[in-house]
Amino acid sequence: MIAGVRFPLRVVGLAVAAGLAVLAAGLWALGYDPVTAFGAMARGAFGSWHGFASTTLVRAVPLIILGFGFALAFRGGALNIGMEGQFLAGAIAATWVGLLLAGWPGVVAVPAVWLAGLLAGALWVVIPVILKVRFGVLEVITTLLLNFVAESLVSYMVTGPLQEAKRVYPQSDLIGAAARLPLLPGTRLHLGFLLAVLLCVAGYVVFTRTLWGFRLKAVGQGPRAAWLSGRIASGTLLGGALLLSGAIAGLGGAVEIGGVTYALFQNLSPGYGFTAIAVALLGRGHPLGIILTGILFGALQAGAGAMQREAGIPAVAVAVVQAVVIVVVLLADAAARRRQAATVYPDPAPGEA
Amino acid sequence: MHALRGADFVLHAGEVHALLGENGAGKTTLMHVAYGLARPDAGGIERAGRPVTIGSPAAARRLGIGMVHQHFTSVPAFTVAENVALATGGRAPAVPAPGDPVLAALWEGLDPEAVVERLPVGLRQRLEVVKALAAKTEILLLDEPSAVLTPQEITGLMSAIRDFAARGGAAVLITHKLSEALAVADRVTVLRHGTAVRSGPVGAETRETLATAMLGEAPAAEPPARPRTPGEERVRLTGVTVAPLEGRGPGLRGADLSIRAGEIVGVAAVEGNGHRELMLGAAGLLPPAAGTVAVRGRVALVPEDRTTEGLIPGLSLTENVVLGRGTDAPWIRGAWLDWGAARGATAAMLPAFAIAAPGPDEPAATLSGGNQQKLLLARALAEHPEVLVAENPTRGLDIRATAAIRARLRDAAADGVAVLLYSSDLDEVLALADRVVVVTGGELRPMPPGATRDRVGSAMLGVAESGR
Repeated sequence: MIAGVRFPLRVVGLAVAAGLAVLAAGLWALGYDPVTAFGAMARGAFGSWHGFASTTLVRAVPLIILGFGFALAFRGGALNIGMEGQFLAGAIAATWVGLLLAGWPGVVAVPAVWLAGLLAGALWVVIPVILKVRFGVLEVITTLLLNFVAESLVSYMVTGPLQEAKRVYPQSDLIGAAARLPLLPGTRLHLGFLLAVLLCVAGYVVFTRTLWGFRLKAVGQGPRAAWLSGRIASGTLLGGALLLSGAIAGLGGAVEIGGVTYALFQNLSPGYGFTAIAVALLGRGHPLGIILTGILFGALQAGAGAMQREAGIPAVAVAVVQAVVIVVVLLADAAARRRQAATVYPDPAPGEA
Repeated sequence: MHALRGADFVLHAGEVHALLGENGAGKTTLMHVAYGLARPDAGGIERAGRPVTIGSPAAARRLGIGMVHQHFTSVPAFTVAENVALATGGRAPAVPAPGDPVLAALWEGLDPEAVVERLPVGLRQRLEVVKALAAKTEILLLDEPSAVLTPQEITGLMSAIRDFAARGGAAVLITHKLSEALAVADRVTVLRHGTAVRSGPVGAETRETLATAMLGEAPAAEPPARPRTPGEERVRLTGVTVAPLEGRGPGLRGADLSIRAGEIVGVAAVEGNGHRELMLGAAGLLPPAAGTVAVRGRVALVPEDRTTEGLIPGLSLTENVVLGRGTDAPWIRGAWLDWGAARGATAAMLPAFAIAAPGPDEPAATLSGGNQQKLLLARALAEHPEVLVAENPTRGLDIRATAAIRARLRDAAADGVAVLLYSSDLDEVLALADRVVVVTGGELRPMPPGATRDRVGSAMLGVAESGR
């Protein structure tokens, strides 16, 4: 397997089953009826084409885009924990451009909004990149801290420069109709879903078929060998990957504004930037796997909403499923590593040389 | 699969016992059993005639058994005294113990307050022995203790081991060097495929009998080296100064060196004296802070550590070949990679270099050390470089793999490649090189033709030339 990206469908299936089992046990112990709860969840997530497209897939879009963004940097060994902030930075810039271009045709406004999101997301990761490449400061810390700055910036924007004209609520006006993404007729599913899928497919090609993709992987798996044997300047390469990762997260923010909310407000993101890390890890960094795990987590969130409405169970209960899924996947990883170590090191076979 | 299969080993008080064998013969595993790091599936251990169970290193130390491991086990950021205290559970005084001349001799030159990471390699190795001996040790197990030392340091270590045995201690010495075993040991045991195939007093043995026992057959005679004729100059270093790698050691200062096509220039140096900066500087990986590195043609590098610098163990053989072959390889098409072509080239390399591997898609981690090293050399030579820089290309390899690698290096030089070779094994440098240079304290010193082993060893330690 040259690409070195494998998607372990069996492990994912097992993890989800384990997560649902734990949730069922918890609900039962607390006196809820798991059958009713799961029925509501299933109907909410997959019950109808309209529900599936308008809720599950719409929820999946930012998770897929941000999940891919995380996977890109992670392939080079960098942990972009700041996608939440980059997402918000992208959303701010997208809102601003979307309001500005209200009278323009969609073919101009939509790409402009996306471009704004890309640039703002990249900008939001510039400081961590400089600190990492020049001074070796851990990007885990710097990207994470900038999340809080981005949240405060959104608060400032929606009470200040970008606040609605009426000046009543802490939110922006709706962006112009031309800057909004086209919807699939009869649903709320927007063009961003197609963009997310295409992004992942393109990512798959880059990862598996290009020199850059291979070098990124080499830096991620053996930075010292990449330098000494591959003569790869890993700092530059990783800096580029982080910038791209931030840009993609910013694009996620722009797509959310252009396709779902049409306006900026506080708490725009219910933690997409963090859930997307789980999406990427569960998909093992495989771009096509991330499409699948993104939809899966989208379904969980859609189902959670239905469960709350129909069975009176708080939606946060599905966080249990997400947590168990992550733990099971990490355990499977550890087990695989141990198996590999056991098969490799009783070296060497007699008659070597 | 078992690393040991019914191996017997008897150690007497007052003896130095050499333990020999090819890589994977089970030498280290046998000592790990005695030190409580490995548990035997069958068989038992007796200490002074009484059966014992050694479940952990702590239990081994309670029985008076100490071990010097193949790799350093000190905490680099701690002082010498702190490391001794750590190794003995605080039971031993972390200063030279009076009344024990062996320990006192080892402590000489070792400052208890010195931070370990700043110590030269020779002293770090001495600290390992001190740690193993500090807690009333009667049995000392040494796993290749001389691999990183200069001849003079080896002599000092060996005399300490002999003194330890003369005072009633028992020592096991794992070594690759047959001459060392013959010179120091009283008795010798040879392991092959996990079984003790030969054991007895060293007086009855010769290099040939030991090598035959290790291999299970008489060792093949080395093919005569093809004549090498130095040609045009390929590398010229003029006043090259390189900052210390990772901020450690002296770096390289004002080095002048010329390497011609068809010759092997050997580099002898004690770890941490600037040889690494010389090798990587010549390979173009460390930019000189002053001076110039002029290279005619392409440079290929075989880096020091095959699993962290030469290969990425988790990647396939094909991917590792792509990693090292650079951007002028035939499978690079602009920004795209033609994996089929790369895979084919890798598959062709395996038989050409006698690399035992299931196929080009296997992870590099599944190869034995010798085959990993052959792959590195195959990859380096595949681009037909004008210059080859090789660091420790046979470290830790067995007799056959070592011979195969050395033959490839000689062949490369005979084919007109300019070779710069560093080896921590001085005998290897002397055996392969047409000319020898020593790097000590960051300075490069050329050795006169025919310089003796002792002469080179003194230069490595920085002893002034004038005294000899």
